[in-house]
Amino acid sequence: MDATRRLPVRRRTASTIALNATLLILAGVTVAGFFLLDTRHLDVGKASLKLFHDLGGMMTRPSAQHFSLSEALKAILVTLSLGFLTTLLGAILALIVGPFAAKNLSPRGVVNALKGFVAFIRAVPTVLWVLIFAIGAGLGSVAAVVGMTFHSFAYLVKAYSEAFEEIDAGVIEALKACGAGWLTIVVRAVIPSSMGSVISWTFMRFEINFTNAVAMGAAAGAGGIGFDLFMASGFYFNIGEVGYITWLILLVAIALEIGATRLKQTRHVAI
Amino acid sequence: MTSALAVRKVLLRRNLTFLGGLLVIGALTAGSSVLTDFSFRDCLRSFPKAMQWLAANFIPNARAVRALPNIAMKLAETILVSVMASVLGAAAALALAILASRTTRPHATVTLLVRLIASVCRNIPVVAWAMIFLLSFGQNVLTGLLALFIGTVGYLTRAYTEVIEETADSSVEALRASGASWLQIVTQAVFPSIMPQIASWMLYMVETNIRDATLVGILTGTGIGFLFDVFYKSMNYPSAALVVIGVVIVVIAIETASNALRRVIL
Repeated sequence: MDATRRLPVRRRTASTIALNATLLILAGVTVAGFFLLDTRHLDVGKASLKLFHDLGGMMTRPSAQHFSLSEALKAILVTLSLGFLTTLLGAILALIVGPFAAKNLSPRGVVNALKGFVAFIRAVPTVLWVLIFAIGAGLGSVAAVVGMTFHSFAYLVKAYSEAFEEIDAGVIEALKACGAGWLTIVVRAVIPSSMGSVISWTFMRFEINFTNAVAMGAAAGAGGIGFDLFMASGFYFNIGEVGYITWLILLVAIALEIGATRLKQTRHVAI
Repeated sequence: MTSALAVRKVLLRRNLTFLGGLLVIGALTAGSSVLTDFSFRDCLRSFPKAMQWLAANFIPNARAVRALPNIAMKLAETILVSVMASVLGAAAALALAILASRTTRPHATVTLLVRLIASVCRNIPVVAWAMIFLLSFGQNVLTGLLALFIGTVGYLTRAYTEVIEETADSSVEALRASGASWLQIVTQAVFPSIMPQIASWMLYMVETNIRDATLVGILTGTGIGFLFDVFYKSMNYPSAALVVIGVVIVVIAIETASNALRRVIL
């Protein structure tokens, strides 16, 4: 044996090369970005100082001039409602389409076509869906809910169909052998046994949809707390009010996140 | 006999739970519809009309093609901002995750502090961050970059902490047993074993940030979102359609590329 031969510490495989190339390219683009982005009209130092001042004021002195607490709470409820309606519509549609997008329940051609369709829907940002739909339906809750439902539907079809694919193939085979039809298998076996994942994915989507509803209020005239936020910042330049609204949104979002995490944990225990 | 009764009892309870669930959902739906002035009938009625209108009017024309160079430039700016926010956010999140994960943290209280920071970053929506930064940074490309950066830090800190706790455990233990220092453990055991996951999450964040950047751009007057808003408000729908097509192509291209990379890396 050759005692001087060193142990190969690092091996160059295709995966390490791809990894290093990816990181290098991303880092290179980032560095280049600092020179390419147009920030001529901005005094970064002055802006940063004002930002720290703003953040401090926001956290410690939230105040509201243009609405009362009860009005703010109602606006939060409106935003939650938009999120709820979107989630409900998306979930119903996705529950119907989901089985057709699961490999173990539908022919490959149908599955691939649906997965491609869903990928297209997800590629268009939610705000663009809402604005596009608003041309036809007018700005308001209908446009907001329908526009946001596009994404919820696409997200949930992917999530549900993957949950359906995890089901034990033996169960489906056994039911088929007993002469059960496709619909019976889906309604009586597939959906009930993946109910845990379905509920937890749906609640996770609700959490996302609350955030989306805030965004649509600010950017697409959907009303609710997002619109108040937009007015406070873009119209009244009132940092106290921005702080007040941000605190409210933060509290609701944290409550939703805790709920979603709890649901996810109980699901893992159940399986 | 008794077992049949027990089965019936279970079935009854299941049906009651199901019925109760339906009732709750029904009540919530009714309440939400009233609050938001939403009606399913309007929804059903306007959907086909809107689709018809889209098919007839939301098609790029010759005028839209002339706007193509401008659209391509704004798209490039948006991609740049998304990549920068993802990379810088990932670097900050990696540092925070090393301080927070059970395997590498210097002290238990640090975990709590980092979790709090990450939770605030993540749970204040990116839009709200953008509106906050708008007051100090104005309508500038840095406003959106900063908002996306904060959101990325919040999201990836949680993801990276989990990655470190799941993948780096055994190698860390081996190095610790052989007397390696904290710095040696982090650079020689943790980094090599988590890097593929770190990169994979970073690529995912680039995809997400491009969509979010479009939204933020509408509010901060920058990038492709702003351009869409200009076309939209001037009712130049063919050009707005071309913007949407551009965004779709970019997002799907990035998604395909990162899926291919992920297959090689992981």
